[in-house]
Amino acid sequence: MDIKSNIEKKDFPGQIHEAPGGGIVLSKLDEIINWARSNSLWPLTFATSCCGIEMMSVAAAKYDFSRFGFEVARASPRQADVIIIAGTIVNKMAPVLKRLYDQMADPKYVIAMGACAISGGPFFYNTYSVVKGADHIIPVDVYVAGCPPRPEALLNALITLQQKIKSGLTREQIKVPKPEHK
Amino acid sequence: MRNEELKIKITELLPMASFEEGGEWLNINLDANDWLPFARQMRNNEALFFDYLFCLTCIDWKAHLTMVYHLSSTKYRHTVVVKIKLDRAKPEIETVSRIWKTAEFHEREVYEMFGVNFLNHPDLRLLILPDGWEGKNPMLKDFEDPINMIRL
Amino acid sequence: MIEDTAITEKGDLTINIGPQHPATHGVLHLAVTLNGETIKKVEPHLGYIHRSIEKMCESLTYRQFIYVTSRMDYLSAHINNHACALCVEKGMQIEVPERAQVIRVLMDELTRIASHELWWGAMAMDLGAFTPFFHAFRERETINDIMEETCGARLTMNYMVPGGVMADIHPNFQRKVKDFIKLYKQKIKEYDELLTGNIIFQNRMKGIGYLSAEDAISYGCTGPTARGSGVSSDIRKLYPYEVYDKISFDEILENEGDSFARYLVRIREMNESLKIIEQLIDHIPEGDYQAKTKAVLKLPKGEFYTRVETARGELGVYIVSEGATTPYRIKFRSPGFSNLSALDHMARGSKLGDLVAMMGTLDLVIPDIDR
Repeated sequence: MDIKSNIEKKDFPGQIHEAPGGGIVLSKLDEIINWARSNSLWPLTFATSCCGIEMMSVAAAKYDFSRFGFEVARASPRQADVIIIAGTIVNKMAPVLKRLYDQMADPKYVIAMGACAISGGPFFYNTYSVVKGADHIIPVDVYVAGCPPRPEALLNALITLQQKIKSGLTREQIKVPKPEHK
Repeated sequence: MRNEELKIKITELLPMASFEEGGEWLNINLDANDWLPFARQMRNNEALFFDYLFCLTCIDWKAHLTMVYHLSSTKYRHTVVVKIKLDRAKPEIETVSRIWKTAEFHEREVYEMFGVNFLNHPDLRLLILPDGWEGKNPMLKDFEDPINMIRL
Repeated sequence: MIEDTAITEKGDLTINIGPQHPATHGVLHLAVTLNGETIKKVEPHLGYIHRSIEKMCESLTYRQFIYVTSRMDYLSAHINNHACALCVEKGMQIEVPERAQVIRVLMDELTRIASHELWWGAMAMDLGAFTPFFHAFRERETINDIMEETCGARLTMNYMVPGGVMADIHPNFQRKVKDFIKLYKQKIKEYDELLTGNIIFQNRMKGIGYLSAEDAISYGCTGPTARGSGVSSDIRKLYPYEVYDKISFDEILENEGDSFARYLVRIREMNESLKIIEQLIDHIPEGDYQAKTKAVLKLPKGEFYTRVETARGELGVYIVSEGATTPYRIKFRSPGFSNLSALDHMARGSKLGDLVAMMGTLDLVIPDIDR
């Protein structure tokens, strides 16, 4: 199932049937749960370097991400849904990142923001201490390119993540059929 | 004080110091054993009064190491550069963190990057590198790390 | 973790603040030893963003290594690039045209205002006031728009090159900067009403984190951290570079030495930067924006040191060259590294809640410290 096919779908999960005295909504339970989860993702405040400033700009008034539901930026990983890795991950920070990810409760999502988090970025060659991509440590859902990416690019990534959740393609949602035993 | 007056004054304090020409500031070459008493005099002498150590670093010339100290005075606004040659096999020098407190962090960094042992340092251990990197001195020219470093 | 047995007694608690913490402005790990709520020792653990920039620069050419330095202290990105360009120009003895010098100083001062804005907003947010954060970012966005038109990027713009600047200023630059000056003069009065005169804020900052002048010099503090203790250390006044010796501005000094003095120094510096921009914006001389240089730069054999005043203090670039196209050794003397070493001294004896106020006034940017 393609992510793009969801763009034509209505945002509201379900069909409304008018009936005398009100209306009836018919929907699938999965769709309602996905709709609720995607519209209320709370990010973890995790900024290591320069991309953190662009993330703060997205949180400020000009490019506001609380319009999309990312209102409350939580400091504790136990209370956050999405971790936006903004900045370079180095060898000393890698176990800390893993610990933060493990502490988050399911369902959890990861956005790798900036060239450093995608692949080591400008620090790829001749460095002895940079992890060449945050996906060596934790599984990533959405990658945002840029050094640093513009705030609009990060907003695009947040919307893409929301669509990915609504389409049912994230890790928790993909159900692989069990192999049959003969 | 200008460079010539500084030269005269410093030769009074330490006759064994040799000077290098051609830089923007006066460059003084010393032996590692003379460093601590010389540093104390540079700091406390009323006419010199070098109270501001603004850069402490080390350079790896492949035959030996050189410690470089940039000193300046907030009262008279003169600047000197002190260079000390160290033996590459066993680099050791006295600490100056009791004279200029900024040296404590800078010397820890030189210890972990170049392997220079600072005698009588209050707390000599790794500052920036992760645990387990003692002994691997990454800034030396012959440092090889085939796992982490990808050569262009 | 090595325990300092001379200080810790039975009943002391060591807690870790960071590395992931909203108040540390980056990844700083502080191991704080407490006796109840009183701080006995603060030990910074660095290295969580150590990207081995100095080693990397040994294999980059003199035109290439400038992009890396703008990621070191990203809030004064232009000023970092400026320092590196100055060092290369000093080594090759390149004469920078007057127009490029004025453009560089204008960009530097705009960056200084933007950096102090973000400091102000983030520090207020740490102390619990959320409104100044949005006000600060509103002004910062105006500056970012001006920079984006000319330099092409909002945060890490590699605009200063050895010889001048990379491209000429946009035709709208002068008009937009003049509009910004008019706007900013009203806004800075708002800042005073919002935070500086606020009695709760003053009680949280006055008397906290005292640093005497001798200690400031001994710890190597520079910038507003030292100027709050009365130490005159503005590189723009002491060792002027570019056109700073031709314009008039004051060096702000406060003698109290506590957090409120450092706060006032930065707020008044924003005004001084505005004065500098006002003096220069109408008098940008005609001419080249970049001196003619060879395509491949090779510094002669020797050592070169240049220093500039970033928003945090003195940044020194020390290049040791052997005559090749890449530097033999580069050392960046970063202001945050020395400012941080004074934190332990300032924090002993105060309460845990004051530690955040002290860190806020030191204005630390951790990638600058770890390089």
